[in-house]
Amino acid sequence: MENIIGEPLDRIDGRLKVTGRAVYAYEHKIPNAATAVLVTSTIAKGRIASIDSKAAGRVPGVLLVLTWENAIKLNNPLNTAAPGHERSPARAITALQDNLVRYANEPIVVVVAESFESAEQAASLVEVRYTPEPHHVNLESRLSEAYTPKKAGGGGDPAVSKRGDMNAGMSQADLRLEQTYSTPFEVHNPMEPHATIAVWDAPDRLTLYDATQGIFSDRGRVASLFGLKPENVRVISPYLGGGFGSKGPVWSHVALAAMAAKKLNRPVKLAVKRPQMFGMLGLRSQTRQTLRIAARRDGTITALGNDTWSHTSSFDEFVEASSLCARMLYQSPNNSTAQRLVVSDIGTPSYMRAPGEAPGTYALEAAMDEMAYALKMDPLEFRLKNYAETDPEENKPWSSKSLSDCYRMGAERFGWRRRPLEPRSMRDGNTLIGWGMATSVYPTRRSVSNASARLNADGTFSVDAGTQDLGTGTYTIMTQVAAQSFGVEPQQVKFRLGDTEFPQTPVSGGSQTAASTGSAVHLAAQALREKLIQMAVSDPASPLSGVSAQDVVLEAGRLYARGNPSKSETFQQLLARQRLPYLEAKADARPGEEKNQYSMYAFGAQFAEVRVDADFGQIRVSRMTGCFGAGKILNAKTARSQFMGGMIWGIGMALYEHAAMDARLGRFVNNNLAEYQSRQISTSGTSKQSGWMKKMTTSTRSAPRASAKLVSPVQPQPSRTPSFTPPANASATFPLLSTSCLHKVPEPGILLPAPRLFALSSATEWLKLTFARYPSARFSTARLRSSAATSCFGSESRPFRS
Amino acid sequence: MTPFTYSCPKTIEEAIVAAESGPDVRFIGGGTNLIDLMKMGVEHPRRIIDLNKLPLKMIEEHNGGLRIGALVSNTDAANHPLVRSRYPVLSQAILAGATQQLRNKATMGGNLLQRTRCYYFYDPSFEECNKRRPGSGCAAIKGYNRIHAILGASDQCIAVQPSDMCVALLALDAVVQVDGPPRSIPMRDFHRLPGSTPQIDTNLQPGQLITAIDLPPIPYGRRSVYIKVRDRNSFAFALVSVATVLDTRPDGVIRKAHIALGGVAMKPWRATKAEQLLAGKKPDENTLRAAAGAELQPAKGYRDNAFKIELAKRCIIRSVQSALRAG
Repeated sequence: MENIIGEPLDRIDGRLKVTGRAVYAYEHKIPNAATAVLVTSTIAKGRIASIDSKAAGRVPGVLLVLTWENAIKLNNPLNTAAPGHERSPARAITALQDNLVRYANEPIVVVVAESFESAEQAASLVEVRYTPEPHHVNLESRLSEAYTPKKAGGGGDPAVSKRGDMNAGMSQADLRLEQTYSTPFEVHNPMEPHATIAVWDAPDRLTLYDATQGIFSDRGRVASLFGLKPENVRVISPYLGGGFGSKGPVWSHVALAAMAAKKLNRPVKLAVKRPQMFGMLGLRSQTRQTLRIAARRDGTITALGNDTWSHTSSFDEFVEASSLCARMLYQSPNNSTAQRLVVSDIGTPSYMRAPGEAPGTYALEAAMDEMAYALKMDPLEFRLKNYAETDPEENKPWSSKSLSDCYRMGAERFGWRRRPLEPRSMRDGNTLIGWGMATSVYPTRRSVSNASARLNADGTFSVDAGTQDLGTGTYTIMTQVAAQSFGVEPQQVKFRLGDTEFPQTPVSGGSQTAASTGSAVHLAAQALREKLIQMAVSDPASPLSGVSAQDVVLEAGRLYARGNPSKSETFQQLLARQRLPYLEAKADARPGEEKNQYSMYAFGAQFAEVRVDADFGQIRVSRMTGCFGAGKILNAKTARSQFMGGMIWGIGMALYEHAAMDARLGRFVNNNLAEYQSRQISTSGTSKQSGWMKKMTTSTRSAPRASAKLVSPVQPQPSRTPSFTPPANASATFPLLSTSCLHKVPEPGILLPAPRLFALSSATEWLKLTFARYPSARFSTARLRSSAATSCFGSESRPFRS
Repeated sequence: MTPFTYSCPKTIEEAIVAAESGPDVRFIGGGTNLIDLMKMGVEHPRRIIDLNKLPLKMIEEHNGGLRIGALVSNTDAANHPLVRSRYPVLSQAILAGATQQLRNKATMGGNLLQRTRCYYFYDPSFEECNKRRPGSGCAAIKGYNRIHAILGASDQCIAVQPSDMCVALLALDAVVQVDGPPRSIPMRDFHRLPGSTPQIDTNLQPGQLITAIDLPPIPYGRRSVYIKVRDRNSFAFALVSVATVLDTRPDGVIRKAHIALGGVAMKPWRATKAEQLLAGKKPDENTLRAAAGAELQPAKGYRDNAFKIELAKRCIIRSVQSALRAG
């Protein structure tokens, strides 16, 4: 059987999407559905004094104006826990349960009408009066009020961690750096807005067509809110137009759609409008990160620390765990990291595009560059000098780590060795050119997942798993896994997802879907194959009767005896003779011992060239190279898209993204896609090359082999010839983004995901340093500002800092 | 969105008569701004008069210059051979704005009337906006004002006119032709500074219809450049932009400079002081800096936009230097 896994198969849903036939949540045609529109708060804190909906109610077609006074009471929407008990991971929602306003843009009224137009018009006529109270949304001015949470991030890591002796480590050093970095509020802004259609099939049975990254967690939360049995709630989500974490939790609008549908006893559809997406659906908190690095003259780090402050809301807790990567990315004997939270009158921050790692690697890698500069050392050399061969925090071996290869290959392809150490030393006329690099890291996670595989009497093969496709290619990679594990061509596989009627799967967040559900699909397809072969060889009427099961091969819809093609029959013949309408196998895949034995991350290295107009401070990224050690690649094409997407988002985050808060009002002001700028395809250049390289055999430690107890392995791929050509002259091929991926030796038993990778280019940071004296540089690099009140002590002077 | 009626007249006369029915009437060309504002709840027209059937889609030679019909799309104007060859600064300015899709739809007449991108204007849930609700205050003066005006603002309003096209038209001394009744409005008189009436953007009277934009003959029109500084180099409004057209002598002395700034005021800003200081001079670094400095001398920055003052000076200097090399 040829290898299907890893092949750059085109997206099987691609044609549906580009022709508009992929049906997204809001587009499901539900007979008799009424349309709901949200009205959101315009103050950041206070009480609703009155709501006048008389004018709204007079608009023809209006069916319902839902407010806190007539809302259905939900069970524990704020997700409080009894003393001594932990909260569930669900987000607190307010959903019209009282007259408090906790943040600006909080949903406070739902208007439902026969048509979207009527609902919109009526919503604009609702008059809300408030009794405002003073609000607080500033981070910097309230650091002294911060508290230390128990845990940091979704992985349950402690919020504070110390190893060694930070003070001793600082004093042993020749050079010490203390620098504060800040990142702004950011909003996910997936292309598809959040949307829900709620249909009550019976008083205790609910169907939701929901734009969600987690149909099963959605089901559980909604069932709990409305006091339903989870099995009585069905969630359908076949396609998503992105989520970036914002569609992980259930937010108020989902409950409100169901509530309105219940009140009216008819289906209700609700889409959140773009300006309303700034606040009620989670966002990335601002961070303030104080980095401390101490190093000996030879570049050895003796101490490393990150103290992070971020916002949480007044009614829930979320930690933007930026300090975690400073615990494990470099060998530092003395290490101190802490997360602190400031309670603000904002919607609860939540998971967004590498929560923690994205701002965390920015600050850490910028500080590493500053220290490398102070040491007069190449930034890449400095990183290699402090390379962590094992996880220094957990004291465990890595499940795999090819970061040094990523560094080397990336540097080679980028032409890094030609980089002069001195800032401001490369220019093209009035344009300053900066080269920078940074390390990518993201944890490798997986959760319990299930799948079922079925061979039908007509010979067709279908596989079902709940799961979700955010647009990342889940349909395609699962089809490939199923095809190879069962023994058919991908075209013969019908893979279905996005329905809680299918086997249970985890949320598509934390880059865990490929590893979790991919493993389940593999096991289910393989179990079905074994069942089928067993049936054939033990059937006296089969031509394969008596053949050893290991000697049966599946090809082109038939079973064959290896080496004897005359002993053969079709799937249909076998099932017909057995009088079976179908043959089915189910499987679950669970995380194994690997988590206890290994520290598991995907790593990468990214290199960027930026060009800065010396007068205007405008920054343009002219080329980037990324190399990633991402484990087993399931589809070269979709994985490459993920790498490219991660790099493009990184550029967007570094240069553009900034939800601007008017602190006086406690509101975000640039609440649309013209003013909230993110990276666009039209500004992303083109990819000129992409190389898929087999594992480099030198210098990497071999992958762990002690995982025999894990779920059945996917067969390692045979080596393949590298298909890329190194750029003859990289500087002649702007603009470009290039990615390459180290094909690791596959982890036995684990389908490692092709994770989204997020690293910020340190090139812009490096240039920002070089531009410190240029006032005009400020407006373009404001996003990556570091505090002016920093200190860099030690014996080195810093001539470039004004 | 408030319900509205729709009509689609076939003649200019019909359109003007239809517009006489009251203040809640709006003409629509491409609709790229109006529809947006209606969705946001900023505009609430009760009657929409679609102009797309009117015979205003011609670009033709006129009095030695060009006449561009009000319904010519931004894309067609920017790509027209006569615009590209005689007035490249207009082509550059249009192409620096919006996106291809928007430019395909947006009309020349409509772009003249593009409304400000001030956050507090664009979202009616902000209570204070003197432009949207006269007398309610200006949230931008006290709030987040990175994209706001540094010139010609008032204590009532610090919004900016966002059109790129208008900046080039001002530098080219274009004239706006209107009907109902027929009238010519030079670009420099078309837009208004906020003063105490920030709710009025232009000197177009209610019911008047823009029919064409006239470009005068400018023999040195090729010696021109449009520079736009923005955060993102596609689909982003200018932080500062400059359109510059130069008439120079063979020895490099500037006879006459046309310099217009965008992103700095509620109207495209003609840099007359700088133009005067450059006339008859060789534009060396010091002369340019002095000219730019004089133009920006009255500039006033607010909390988040003070960077625009130095940026505008540098843009003027760069644009003159670039224009000298152009054409």
